[in-house]
Amino acid sequence: MNSVIKETDNQPMLAVNQITRRFGGLVAVNEVSFDVHNQEIFGLIGPNGAGKTTLFNLITGLIEPSSGQIFSQDQLISNLKPHQIAAKGIARTFQNIRLFGELSALENVIVGRHLHTKSNFVTGILGLPQANKAEKQAKQKAQEFIELVGLGDRLSEKAKNLSYGDQRRLEIARALALEPSILLLDEPAAGMNPNEKQILSTFIRDLRSQFNLTIILIEHHVPLVMGLCDRIAVLNFGKLIALGQPEIVRNDPAVIEAYLGVD
Amino acid sequence: MVNLLNDYAPLIISMILGALLGISLYLPLMTGQLSLASPGFYAVGGYVAAIFSTKIFPTSGLYPWYLLLLEMVVAALISTLLGLLVGIPVLRLRGIYLAIATIAFVEVLRIFSLNLEITGGAVGLFGIPQPFNNTLEYLWVVLPLLMISGIILYRLENIRVGKAFIAIREDELAAEAMGIDPTHYKVLAFTLGAILAGVSGVIAAHFLNTWNARQGTFDASIIYLTSVLIGGTRTFVGPILGGMMFTALPEILRSLANIPNLPLWLVGFFKDGRLIIFGILIVIGTLFFPQGLVTPDLLNNFPKLMRSGLSRVGVKKT
Repeated sequence: MNSVIKETDNQPMLAVNQITRRFGGLVAVNEVSFDVHNQEIFGLIGPNGAGKTTLFNLITGLIEPSSGQIFSQDQLISNLKPHQIAAKGIARTFQNIRLFGELSALENVIVGRHLHTKSNFVTGILGLPQANKAEKQAKQKAQEFIELVGLGDRLSEKAKNLSYGDQRRLEIARALALEPSILLLDEPAAGMNPNEKQILSTFIRDLRSQFNLTIILIEHHVPLVMGLCDRIAVLNFGKLIALGQPEIVRNDPAVIEAYLGVD
Repeated sequence: MVNLLNDYAPLIISMILGALLGISLYLPLMTGQLSLASPGFYAVGGYVAAIFSTKIFPTSGLYPWYLLLLEMVVAALISTLLGLLVGIPVLRLRGIYLAIATIAFVEVLRIFSLNLEITGGAVGLFGIPQPFNNTLEYLWVVLPLLMISGIILYRLENIRVGKAFIAIREDELAAEAMGIDPTHYKVLAFTLGAILAGVSGVIAAHFLNTWNARQGTFDASIIYLTSVLIGGTRTFVGPILGGMMFTALPEILRSLANIPNLPLWLVGFFKDGRLIIFGILIVIGTLFFPQGLVTPDLLNNFPKLMRSGLSRVGVKKT
């Protein structure tokens, strides 16, 4: 199984190694292994309940694996807590949007600057120059990220009052504020019409080139995934059933069977 | 004016102490943690003051101010240690379980103080010396303390640490995904609350002249919980106003009971019914004002409301 990790000369940005997660008798993710390369857009697809979001939760440390390991740039991360994984440069959005509803759009993104803001309880309360500068910088940076996703005119709106689409975009801005090297997007196009999906697809590609990001995304809309992703992993009942470039995955008999069923 | 102030001095001081305890409960609540431990730390602070001033440095006449400061520092240190010691394991619990664990903490302290010799057992410690010539001068310590707490809370809402607190309250999981260590900030908020309660206890012990196991009990937890819930859980102004209001309420009820020719049951209710009233207020408050009476929106719109209110009065006059 180590041969998987050594497949390329460059170390993978993310290496998932034989990861398994059981919930009681249910095996949600079953011995899944794959690598994600630097600046790749990596798609994760599969029918409902295939274990895609569970896999995201495993990568970001929200749940612990039953067995197996996850490495980020050769560092073991699967034994770390979520906030430590975030500090390693892995940021995410959530399938069921998880913004800080009572906070303004701007404040939501300022929270995303937490790791980059050098201010603690004492220096912050006393308003020492260094802390003040850091706080001001956090605000400035946050504003930039909000403008990037096109919410520059909604800065002081409470997150809970934003429209569904704007909330999704705000979540992306908040994740970008961490300046991650890996960005995980859980169904970023959910609830969007085809036109909006097209715009989002271009936006994600732009993000990659602008921030040198490695992007992993879960998406149900097959045309979007096929057009956007460099490689795709297909999960079914927790198992990895196919992995490769879109055109290869599309014609894989196992994938067709999982999506369409067989007689 | 001075006479009036002197008459009401005990009430004013207790109202400010109530506000301080409200804040100490509000601090962990900023991170979404319902902790009822404040009265426990308050009791500890009171015993520190009582033991220092009656056993270690017994004085006749005025109690020197620097010893009062020393007591506050010692109480703050003990509260910090105790806060960390209790906070780190207890804050792994959530919601109602945390509340229960903190009530248990308060009970444990109460039983200890009832049975230890150094705390004077059931009788408690009395004859705690006065650091001031008259009650009103307690303002010299409680007002700065209230102002410092207020400034700290006001600043908190605008800095990284406070935003981390609120992010944890809003969505702990999402906050964690942003790189915020929830345990760190929960323990910080809990310990800050503990320190404030401990220091308030020091002042209260001198102010009340006596200290025993009846200070800092479950009853007190409920009273300060009411003041925060009704006052407001989303901005620090809420617990300050709530703490003052609910410290004054029993006094108001007591004076109501003195109104002549009231039926006997009503007099009894006014005298002993405050816990019933607090209970009813908690229910009504959580049903109709889930964020309390003072909400951030209200504070933001306050200048506007004032203006429109004034103009409306003006319109009526013409």
